[in-house]
Amino acid sequence: MHEIKFKVNGVEQTASVEPRLLLVHLIRENLSMTGTHIGCDTTSCGACTVLIDGKSAKACTILAVQANGKDITTVEGLATAEGLHPIQEGFKEAHALQCGFCTPGMMLRAVELLEKNPNPTEEEIRWGISGNLCRCTGYNNIVTAIQYAGAKMRGAELPSTEPEFV
Amino acid sequence: MIPEGFEYAAPATLNDALALLSQYGEDAKILAGGHSLIPMMKLRFAAPTHLVDINNIPGLSYIKEEGGYLHIGAMTKEVELEESRIIRDKYHIFTDASKLIADPQVRNFGTIGGNIAHGDAANDHPAVMIALGAEVEITNSTGSRWVSIDEFFYGFYTTAVQQGEILTALRMPALNGKSGTSYHKLERKVGDYATAGVAVAITMNDDGTCKSAGIGLTNVNPLPLRAKRSEEALVGTGLTDEDILCAAQYAAEDCSPNDDLRGSEEFKRDMVKVITKRMIKKAISRT
Ligand SMILES: Cc1cc2nc3c(=O)[nH]c(=O)nc-3n(C[C@H](O)[C@H](O)[C@H](O)COP(=O)(O)OP(=O)(O)OC[C@H]3O[C@@H](n4cnc5c(N)ncnc54)[C@H](O)[C@@H]3O)c2cc1C
Ligand code: FES
Ligand code: FES
Repeated sequence: MHEIKFKVNGVEQTASVEPRLLLVHLIRENLSMTGTHIGCDTTSCGACTVLIDGKSAKACTILAVQANGKDITTVEGLATAEGLHPIQEGFKEAHALQCGFCTPGMMLRAVELLEKNPNPTEEEIRWGISGNLCRCTGYNNIVTAIQYAGAKMRGAELPSTEPEFV
Repeated sequence: MIPEGFEYAAPATLNDALALLSQYGEDAKILAGGHSLIPMMKLRFAAPTHLVDINNIPGLSYIKEEGGYLHIGAMTKEVELEESRIIRDKYHIFTDASKLIADPQVRNFGTIGGNIAHGDAANDHPAVMIALGAEVEITNSTGSRWVSIDEFFYGFYTTAVQQGEILTALRMPALNGKSGTSYHKLERKVGDYATAGVAVAITMNDDGTCKSAGIGLTNVNPLPLRAKRSEEALVGTGLTDEDILCAAQYAAEDCSPNDDLRGSEEFKRDMVKVITKRMIKKAISRT
């Protein structure tokens, strides 16, 4: 067993883990934070995406021991006492979820994307979330949600979140 | 899916890592980005008894031009290649390739050293290294040696990196204003391995003829393949459409792709031809 020390959403945590324990199981089972989902379990869908030291990571493909000394953000850490994170507001306003299974991973991936590129084009957003699958929405509203969050974070005018009917 | 049990160590120095690898023997594996290894361990295609995590060793991640070479540290992550100024300005082949390797989350972890050390002809960096004429630095407890990329791949998952050794760096001749590079792979969807991929590096003479050419092929051969006849077909020519077509035809003939879910052998040869032609033209346009 390995003793590890890490932060999740700003809170210090310690755990005693077997090396083969995956980070996603540490989060979901040891810490009972089930907002981080398991979809494919094969590094494809992005439902398990969390931030490790600000970098988006597929937690089904990281060992829990690798989290030693790291700062992890999960979907539970997005909202603050003041309210929703802009990305959460964007998803709400733009109807960017249906079943919601992909949503936590999608939002955390978007947070890193916007951190690096505060005003991404539609194409940059689509490439940026290319490691996250959504089986419900068809992605259009997710793109709008990310544009909305980017605008909100930059203090720019918010884009329309009315769905386009074609 | 949970890997089989193993022991884990994350040494802080290269010497400690080398000592542990020698001590644990052939059932130990190096953990770099983990994005080829951990999926294989989860599927139990791999079951190492020990993992030596080399992420805590400082100094293995860099991109720099020095002494006529571009040097890249083994632990340089895909995302660092994507975002590097010098790569974006000059080494377009990496920008082309990185965008098509896996997805952003995987690129946050996958390393160039791991991509090559994995020894899989489906990975994209081997062909890029072939086109650029790279050398691989392999380090063991007695020192380091440089191995040409042409002598690096032995077979499926086996390379010149022996037990107790670590791939520590890559170097390739620095490009100058007369060189252009390009990479493209046909993929069915994001995160898929190549149906066929082609890496090209062209250097021109002052008179507009081709001084040197490097062409590497991805996932159309048991080992990453240098398209030798194609290269020879370009050197010394004026790179006319006919010269390029001839080189592309040779590449299609000289690889040996498998029939599989990604397509028939015939289709893949056709794709090699088309992509080779396009990548040669793209590389020329970038000289
Ligand atoms: C969903 C998905 C899609 C992918 N798509 C692509 C793709 O399109 N193209 C592509 O090229 N790759 C792809 N990959 C693979 C990815 O790029 C890997 O990250 C890469 O192949 C291995 O790098 P790593 O640092 O993760 O190595 P690891 O997984 O840590 O290691 C791989 C192997 O190399 C050995 N090794 C690693 N580093 C060293 C070293 N420095 N010295 C000696 N041995 C070492 C390890 O022991 C192991 O056997 C994909 C991966 C996933 C999960
Ligand atoms: S559960 Fe991790 S990528 Fe799908
Ligand atoms: S909302 Fe159902 S998978 Fe995305």
